[in-house]
Amino acid sequence: MNGLNVAVDMAAVAMPHMPEPDAKITVRDLNFFYGQSKALKNINLTLGTNRVTAFIGPSGCGKSTLLRIFNRMYDLYPGQHAEGQVLLDTTTNILDPKLDLNLLRARVGMVFQKPTPFPMTIYENIAFGIRLYERLPKSEMDGRVEKALRGGALWDEVKDKLNASGLSLSGGQQQRLCIARTVAVQPEVILFDEPCSALDPISTAKIEELIAELKEDYTIAIVTHNMQQAARVSDRTAFMYLGELIEFDSTQHIFTNPTDRRTQDYITGRFG
Amino acid sequence: MSTVTDSAPAINPIYSRRRRADIVVRALCVGAAAFGVTWLALILFTLFLNGLAGLNFQLFTESTPPPGASSGGLLNAIVGSLIMTFIGVGIGAPLGMLAGTFMAEYGRHDKLTSVVRFINDILLSAPSIIIGLFVYGAVVVPMGGFSALAGSLALAVIVIPVVVRTTEDMLLLVPGPLREAASALGLPRSLVIRRIAYRAARAGIITGVLLATARVAGETAPLLFTALSNQFWSLDLTSAMANLPVTINNFVQSPYEYWKQLAWAGALLITLAVLTLNVGARILGAERTKK
Amino acid sequence: MTEHTIKAFDADLQDLARMVAEMGGLAERQIAESVQALSKRDARLAQRVVALDATIDSLQREVEERAVLTIARRQPMAVDLREIVGALRVSNDLERIGDLAKNIAKRVIALGDEFNPQRAIRGVGHMADLVLGQLKEVLDAYARHDTGKAMVVWRGDEEIDAVNNSLFREFLTYMMEDPRSITYCTHLLFCAKNIERMGDHATNIAETVYYIVEGRVLADERPKGDTTASTNVPYPAA
Repeated sequence: MNGLNVAVDMAAVAMPHMPEPDAKITVRDLNFFYGQSKALKNINLTLGTNRVTAFIGPSGCGKSTLLRIFNRMYDLYPGQHAEGQVLLDTTTNILDPKLDLNLLRARVGMVFQKPTPFPMTIYENIAFGIRLYERLPKSEMDGRVEKALRGGALWDEVKDKLNASGLSLSGGQQQRLCIARTVAVQPEVILFDEPCSALDPISTAKIEELIAELKEDYTIAIVTHNMQQAARVSDRTAFMYLGELIEFDSTQHIFTNPTDRRTQDYITGRFG
Repeated sequence: MSTVTDSAPAINPIYSRRRRADIVVRALCVGAAAFGVTWLALILFTLFLNGLAGLNFQLFTESTPPPGASSGGLLNAIVGSLIMTFIGVGIGAPLGMLAGTFMAEYGRHDKLTSVVRFINDILLSAPSIIIGLFVYGAVVVPMGGFSALAGSLALAVIVIPVVVRTTEDMLLLVPGPLREAASALGLPRSLVIRRIAYRAARAGIITGVLLATARVAGETAPLLFTALSNQFWSLDLTSAMANLPVTINNFVQSPYEYWKQLAWAGALLITLAVLTLNVGARILGAERTKK
Repeated sequence: MTEHTIKAFDADLQDLARMVAEMGGLAERQIAESVQALSKRDARLAQRVVALDATIDSLQREVEERAVLTIARRQPMAVDLREIVGALRVSNDLERIGDLAKNIAKRVIALGDEFNPQRAIRGVGHMADLVLGQLKEVLDAYARHDTGKAMVVWRGDEEIDAVNNSLFREFLTYMMEDPRSITYCTHLLFCAKNIERMGDHATNIAETVYYIVEGRVLADERPKGDTTASTNVPYPAA
């Protein structure tokens, strides 16, 4: 009986005190349009440095749209534009039309829902990204490739078949290859867009474990449909609905005692 | 369990009617396939029957003989065809690939793309004699005479729409997320296309080029008023050049026995070449899907 | 509150609430009957109380099983999780209340035909009425998720502690007056303590209700009025 009391009391007390992190990405008054229709309304939030921020919400709420603003992915498609301010390190305005997008994307990497290994060997998949920015002799490149594959928790499984095609790996391995590829160019921020939706539970667990390790060196934002995953993996969680940011708070608060009624309805499965 | 499945359908009238219809349609399908294959077999059989006798070493070492002669080969015609096909594809394929790339990559949502696609589809099925006539008026007349160049151009005009179509289709098949993943690494647009999209669609595009080559290898009409033909050995691009299809056309209509034999042999050669190209394209395609 | 998309989840939560309510009803009955057995010296009633405790215990085990199963199946979050944790805590408290009532009943049987001053029992009866009232109120608060009622119960424990204090002194006085009443009064002391503990458990339940609804633990210090640990009645000088 006392044990139960103690457990509940500990959960209610704030987590072991972590100093408030710097804001790696700051979003102010962000509005986003697909043509004429407004998809994001007045978003204000920050992504803390070396923290994991999760975005949850029902389909169509805008969480993927928001994520793809951080690396200006929407620029690939005409008719989509953003208004407001999105700052990287409080100095670089991501929305600046004159910003060099290729350099931005070297600092802000992205891992997609469907594993997308390039049609090349595993070695080439990793080296490809590195070669974009650095000219390295083979021995150094070998080292960088190994480091990246270790960073993607894949080295042990592929070290003997670096010349095999990237497409010959299993789904979970392919996704880790994509993570390794992103890590290889040494970004500062990594964006994950539903990285585990297409994977089996074991691969999912491996990638969640990987994210926990990655957050020590990178700032991470993850969009996920799986609330338990958001609860396991993130430090802060943002709940979005119909293009608005409904609640943004520590993960512990959101999943044990959310402030907004809609947040509670969503996470307890009372939505819709 | 088996008793349920056995007894129920037998008494159901709807099911037995469906069964009958299924049998009838299946028979029709098999019949149609057999019909088509039979004709193909007959054509091949006829070709082999008549052309095999003419296949000898001479065919590849001597030029076309004068009328009435009893020895000679098709060397100039073969070489001429090779040259014009090569140049035709050499001009048409790059143009087609670049156009297809524009339509699939840069101009995917452009109005221009839909217009180009529409015109391309028309050109794809345009009668080849019209194309020959066009090149006659545009090139042969101003040049003052028939030439291999004009012939190559006519072939190129036939190659372009085929390559445009296959290139665009293959590039459109490359999944969007793959392109996005490349962009997300910081790759500029042109490199995304060259290093990623092309690589992914490589097999399909090559197949398209091979098929276009197979198509023009045997085209006669466009060469009729552009390259004409040449009895003699010639490598001059600015004058008429011998080629297999027109040579066959001329020889078959002649009264000379040897010429007719050469014509059959030539037809067999073309058929074998086209067959090889098609099979090669098929194998390439299979390799791609096996990955 | 809107229903869950998965109806079986609602059914699970309702079953838990129903089982807890059943335990609550049984606990109330046990309190009333054990104290009645004490005042009427009814050994047969006391036997029934002892026997009924097994039902409460088995219900508590059922609640635990069901709660664990629901957690495993439904991955509850926020208010759902708090409700299930709350059901576990409340069932624990109710089971303890049942044990305390059984203890009182056992003492009735042990007392047999012992000499008893009537006035002593009146105080105990009064305290039992207070506690029974507390339990009824708090179970109502639990069923309705009413934090207002829960807070009233939470503060009401002070009164019960005060009655317990005065009873303590009263019994000490009786025992000093008439040594023949020592056995009886000692048993009554324990019974009074048990009833005071029942009051504490009712207060626990009130705290749980607050936690379920508000999501925070009641941080204030519970008013602790029990001074029996430091009470001393001096022996009247001969």
